[in-house]
Amino acid sequence: MIATAPGRWRHLAKVFFGAREVSILIVVLAVFGLTTAYNTSFADVLSVQQLLVGASVMMILAVGETMVIITRNVDLSIGSVLGISAYAVGDIFLHNPHFPVILGFVAGAGVGMLCGVVNGAIVVVARVPSLVVTLGTLYAIRGLDAIFVNGIQINPSSIPNSFLAVGYETILGVPWIFIIAAILVLLVGYVMRAFRPARDLYAIGSDPDAAVLAGVPARRRVFFTFVLSGTIAGFAGGLWLSEFATVSSVAGLGYELLVIAGVVVGGVAIFGGSGTVLGAALGVILLNTINQALVALRISSFWDEALAGALLITAIAFDRYVFLRRERANRARIAAHATA
Amino acid sequence: MPQRDVVETEAGAGEAPLSPPTVDQPQPVTATASAATRGTGFRWQSLGRWEVALVAFVIATVLFGSAESHYFLSGGDLFDFGLNIGPIALMALPLTFIVMTGEIDLSVASTLGLACSLLGYLFEHGWPLPLAILTVLAMGVVTGTFNGILVTHLGLPSLAVTIGTLTLYRGIAEIILGSSSVTGFPNSYDKVGTSPIPGTQFTWTLGIFIVLAVVFGVVLHATPLGRSLYAIGLNKDTAFFSGIRVKRIKLLLYTLSGVICAGAGILWTFQYASSRYDAGTGLELDVVTVVLFGGISIFGGKGTIIGVIMAVCVIGGIQSALTLINVSAQAQEVVTGCLLIISVVLPNSGAALGEWRARWVRAVPRRS
Amino acid sequence: MTSEVTDNGDRNGAPEPAPTAAATAPVLVLEHVVKSFGAVHALSDGSIELYPGEAHALVGENGAGKSTLVKILAGVHRPDSGLLTLGGKALSLSGPAAARAAGIAVIYQEPTLFPDLSVAENIFIGRQPLRSWRRIDWAAMNEVVTAVLARLGVHLDISTLARGLSVADQQIVEIAKALSFDARVIVMDEPTAALSNAEVERLFEVIATLRAQGGAVLFISHRLSDVFKTCQRVTVMRDGRSVMSDDISNVTVESIIRAMVGRDISALFPKTPGVFGEEVLHVEHLTREGVFTDISLDVHAGEIVALSGLMGAGRSEVARAIFGIDGRDAGKVVLNGAVIPAGSPTTSMAAGMGFVPEDRRQQGLVMNMAIDHNIALASLNPLSRYRLIRRSAETNMASDWATRLRLKYGRLRDTAATLSGGNQQKAVLAKWLARQPSLLIVDEPTRGIDVGTKAEVHRLLDEVAHQGVAVLMISSELPEVLGMADRILVLREGRIAAEFSQDEADEALIMRAATGQLARSSAVGR
Repeated sequence: MIATAPGRWRHLAKVFFGAREVSILIVVLAVFGLTTAYNTSFADVLSVQQLLVGASVMMILAVGETMVIITRNVDLSIGSVLGISAYAVGDIFLHNPHFPVILGFVAGAGVGMLCGVVNGAIVVVARVPSLVVTLGTLYAIRGLDAIFVNGIQINPSSIPNSFLAVGYETILGVPWIFIIAAILVLLVGYVMRAFRPARDLYAIGSDPDAAVLAGVPARRRVFFTFVLSGTIAGFAGGLWLSEFATVSSVAGLGYELLVIAGVVVGGVAIFGGSGTVLGAALGVILLNTINQALVALRISSFWDEALAGALLITAIAFDRYVFLRRERANRARIAAHATA
Repeated sequence: MPQRDVVETEAGAGEAPLSPPTVDQPQPVTATASAATRGTGFRWQSLGRWEVALVAFVIATVLFGSAESHYFLSGGDLFDFGLNIGPIALMALPLTFIVMTGEIDLSVASTLGLACSLLGYLFEHGWPLPLAILTVLAMGVVTGTFNGILVTHLGLPSLAVTIGTLTLYRGIAEIILGSSSVTGFPNSYDKVGTSPIPGTQFTWTLGIFIVLAVVFGVVLHATPLGRSLYAIGLNKDTAFFSGIRVKRIKLLLYTLSGVICAGAGILWTFQYASSRYDAGTGLELDVVTVVLFGGISIFGGKGTIIGVIMAVCVIGGIQSALTLINVSAQAQEVVTGCLLIISVVLPNSGAALGEWRARWVRAVPRRS
Repeated sequence: MTSEVTDNGDRNGAPEPAPTAAATAPVLVLEHVVKSFGAVHALSDGSIELYPGEAHALVGENGAGKSTLVKILAGVHRPDSGLLTLGGKALSLSGPAAARAAGIAVIYQEPTLFPDLSVAENIFIGRQPLRSWRRIDWAAMNEVVTAVLARLGVHLDISTLARGLSVADQQIVEIAKALSFDARVIVMDEPTAALSNAEVERLFEVIATLRAQGGAVLFISHRLSDVFKTCQRVTVMRDGRSVMSDDISNVTVESIIRAMVGRDISALFPKTPGVFGEEVLHVEHLTREGVFTDISLDVHAGEIVALSGLMGAGRSEVARAIFGIDGRDAGKVVLNGAVIPAGSPTTSMAAGMGFVPEDRRQQGLVMNMAIDHNIALASLNPLSRYRLIRRSAETNMASDWATRLRLKYGRLRDTAATLSGGNQQKAVLAKWLARQPSLLIVDEPTRGIDVGTKAEVHRLLDEVAHQGVAVLMISSELPEVLGMADRILVLREGRIAAEFSQDEADEALIMRAATGQLARSSAVGR
C-alpha cells in the first residue's frame, strides 16, 4: 500500500535489497574485492576471464537443475550427461571433421535430451523418487561414458577450430562461453517469469496436491523439466568439449553436487516452489569465485570441496531458519489479531 | 467382518473438519506387494515376494558366474568377493535402518574416505595405531551425530543434508591428506587385506559383516527398537503418539552409521595398505543399491535384513563374475546403476499399473 | 458476476446478475440426497434450496451430515440417490473440477493456497491472461485481481506470497478466486472460526457485496450470532436429514438449537453411576498462546469428564498439551501427585497417561502394520525379555484384548487397514488399555463409527471407568457427552465457558454455552 512517492522508493529498495539475488551479488563482489586487496593480480583481465569461463558451464547446468528442483525433484545425473554428450560430440568430429559446428552443439543437446527423457519417464510413469532414479542414471550413464571413452583418443587436432573457438574466444574481452551462459540464464529466467507452463512449475513444487487439484498437468510438466535438464546438460557437454578440447571419463564428475550447492545457495529452496534461475546462476558464480579466490589467496585447492559442502549445508540451514522465523511471526500476528 | 470400503467410511462419515479433497496418492507400494493383508516385522510369512525374487536372483547370479568362469565360487574367489563387497556390505547395515525410518544417508562413502585419511594422517604423525583407530571411530561418532542433528533437531531434509556432508567430509579428507597417500602400515594390520580369517576364505571385513548382520537382523526383527523403526517409517506421527522417541532414534541411527562407516574406512585402509583421500569415492551408489535392491522400501517401513544379505550376495556376485571376465569397473557401474533403478521401479510399477487400469476404467463413461 | 478473464476456455458468457430482490427461482437445489459409507448413514435426507442474492446458513451438530452435504456439492462424493440442480438444470458432478466449472466454489476452513506464490498468481494459476506470443500479461492480471478485490471491498498487496498472509486474508483470496471463476454459489465452511472481530466484520461486508452482485452464499457455522447477523435464511440438519428451513426473521436462537438437538438419547449406552476415587489428574492454569488460556480442571479415578465445545474451541489442543505432544506456555499438569513436564509423551506415558488421538488413521494406528503389532506398539518393553520381544506374549496380549473388546478381524497378522472404522478405534483403545493407564484421554472416541460399535465403545469406557481409570473425553457429539460424562466442561474460544454435572446438563444448555449464548457460569445451570 504505497501512497507517497518516497514511500514507493523505500518499498522498492526493500524489495531490491531483500532479494536473494542481490545479496549474493554483493557477497560475490565482496569476495572479489577482499581477494583483490590481498592479491591484486586477481583483478587482472586474464584472471577475471578465467573466473567467467570457469563458471560458465556450471551456470548452464544450474539453469536446468533449477527447473527440476523448483518442482520438488532433483536431477543428480547432469554431470554424467555432460560427460557422455561431450564424448558424443567429440566422437562425431573425430569421424566427420567437417561436421558443422552448430550441429555439433545440437547433437550434444540431443544426446542430453535422450537421457532427460529416460529420467523423466521413470520418475513420472513409475512414480519413483527422482533422487533414486537420477542416482542410478548418474552412475549408469557415467559407466557408459567411461566404456566409450576408453576406446577412443580425442585431442584438439581432431576437433574443428571453429568449434574450439567457442571455448576460448572473447569479444570485447568477455569470453564467448560466458556470454552464451549469460544469455541462456537471462533467456530462461525470462521464460520462467513470462509463460504459464513455467509458473505451473512453481505451483507443483509449492504444493503438488493443490496443483493437481487446480488442474495443473503436473506429470507432463515434471517430465518436461527432466527432458529440459538433460538437454541443457547435453548442450553444456558440447561447451565443455569446446573449452577443454579433450574427452575424458571424468568429464563432469562431481558437477552435480557443486551445481546443487550453488543453486541452493542462490536461493532455490530444496523443497521446491521458489527461487530464480538468475539467483541460481549467481550462486554458482559465488562458489566458483570462492574457489578461484582460494587459489589466489594461496590456500590450497584442497579446500574447494569442503567449502562447497559447508556452503550447501549453511544455505539449507539458513533457509530453514528464515522459514521458521517467518512462521513464528505469522502465528504471533494471528494470535495478536485473535485477541483484538 | 472387516469391511473393504474403509477409506470412504473415514473420509465421508466422520465429522472431521471439512478438508479439501485429497489427491489419490499411490500407496507407497513395496516390493512385498500383498501389503493389504501382510503385516510387518519378522514372521516367516513376511518373507514376501521380493525376498523370493531375490532367491531367484541369487541362483541366477551363481549360474551366471559359474558359466562365465571356473574360478567362480572357488575359495579364492570368495576371498576376492569379500574384498570387493565387504566394505559396501558393512555400510549397508546402518543405512538399512536409516532408510527404514524414511531417511537417507548419502555421506557413507565420504565418511569412509575421511576415516581412511585421518587414520593415515595420524599414523604418519607417529600415533600408535590402536589409539589412532579409536580416534577415527570417535570421528565417526562426530560425523554421524552432525548428520543426525541437522536432520532431527534442525529438521533439514536428509537428502540435501547428506549431499552436503558427502561433499564436506570428502573435502575435509582432501584437506587432511591432500593428494598424497600414506603407506607402510605394519604387516599385522595389513593382513586384513591380504589374508582371510584363519580357517576360512572370508575376509575380515566380510566376517565382521556377517556377525553384524546377525545382530542387526535380531534387532530389526525381534526387538522393540526394530519394531519402532518399522513404525516410524510407516507412520511417523503414530509412532510419536505412541511414545516412540522418533528424534532420538533417528539421531542414534545416524551416529551408528558414522561409526560403522568409519570402521569400514579403517578396514579399507588396511585392506589396501594405503590411505588416500579419495578412498571409496562413489561407493555410496553401491551401498544404496544394495539396500534398495534388498527390498527396503525407499519410503520406509518395509523390508528385511535377509533381503539385504541376499542383495549383498547378488550384487557382490555379479561384480565378482564381471571382474573375472574382465569387464571394466566403469561398465560395472552401468550394471549397478541399472540394478538400482530396477529395484525401485519394479515395486512401484505394480502401483502404476493399477493406476493406469483404474484410469482406463474411469475413462469409460458409466451410468451413475 | 462476470469478470474479464480472457482466452482460456473457462466458462464465459455468464448471465447478468439477477436482481438483488429475492428471485423466484433458486440457483441451487438439493433434494432428498442420500449418502452412506458402508454401515454409516451420513445423509438420509439432505435437502436445501439456495436463492441468488442470499446468504443461507447451514447449521447442525457434528455428525448431522453437513460436511457430507458440502462434499457432495463440491463434487468429492457422488450421492447414492437424490437430485442436485443448478440453475434449473439437473447436475451430476464427476469431480471437484466439474463442480468448479459448474460454478460452485467451496472455501474450506484450511485454505489451499500455494504458499510460495503471490496472491495474484494463486488466483490465476493455470489461466493467467496472455498477451502477445502467449506471454503472461502481468499488468492485466494484476488489474483484474485488484478489481476483483475491490469488488469485494478489500485491499491487499497482491504481490505478497500466500505464506505471509493471515488466515483471514487467505480466506479473502479464496473468495476472490471463486469470484474469478464466475462462481454462482460460494460455500463457506466455518469461515469465522479463526478470525478476529475486525476480520469477521470485514467478511460480513464481503458477503453482503457478494449478495448484492447476485451470488449465493452457503454459510456453515456454529456461531449463531454470526448467522443472525449475516444470513437471510437458515437450514438445520440433524442426524443426516434437513429438519428445518426458514427465514431468519421467523426463527430464534432457541428454536434453532431445539431443532439441532431434539432427539432420543436413549439409543446410546449411558454411563452407569460409580464411585469416584482419588484425584488423578490435576491441571492448573494451562495456557498456550493463541490456542487456549487458563485451563484448570481435575479428573478423579472412576470419573468421566467430557470436554465439549465447538470445533476450534481448543479441546484437542488442551488434551495434546496435557499429554505432551504439544508444548505449553504456562500452567501445571499433575498426575497422581507427580508433576508432569511439558512436551514429553514418553514421560506422560510412564507416569500412567494414555492418549487416544482424534485421527485414528493418521495418529492412532500404523495402517500398514499388523493388528497385533499395533496393539502392542505402546507396550513393547514390558513384553520383552532380555530386550527381545516375546512373540507369544505379544500375540496373547493382542488376542486377549481383541476378544475383550470384541474386535472383529480376519487374522491378527492382517494389517490394520483391513479393519472397519469401529474396529480400528477398538484397536487403538486396546493399545492404550494394555498399558493399564491411570488416566485415559480419548479424543472423539466414536467419530465416524456405526451405531452398533459406538455403543460397544461406550460400554467399554464405562467399564474402564469402573475399574478406577480416570477418563478425559473430548467429544463433539452431544448425546455421547450427555450419556457418558459425569461432568461436562464446555470450552469456548480457548477458555472454559461452563461446567455442568450430568444431572443438570442438557443439549441446549451445552450448545448455548458453546456458542456464547450463556454467561460464564460454573456448575449452576440455567
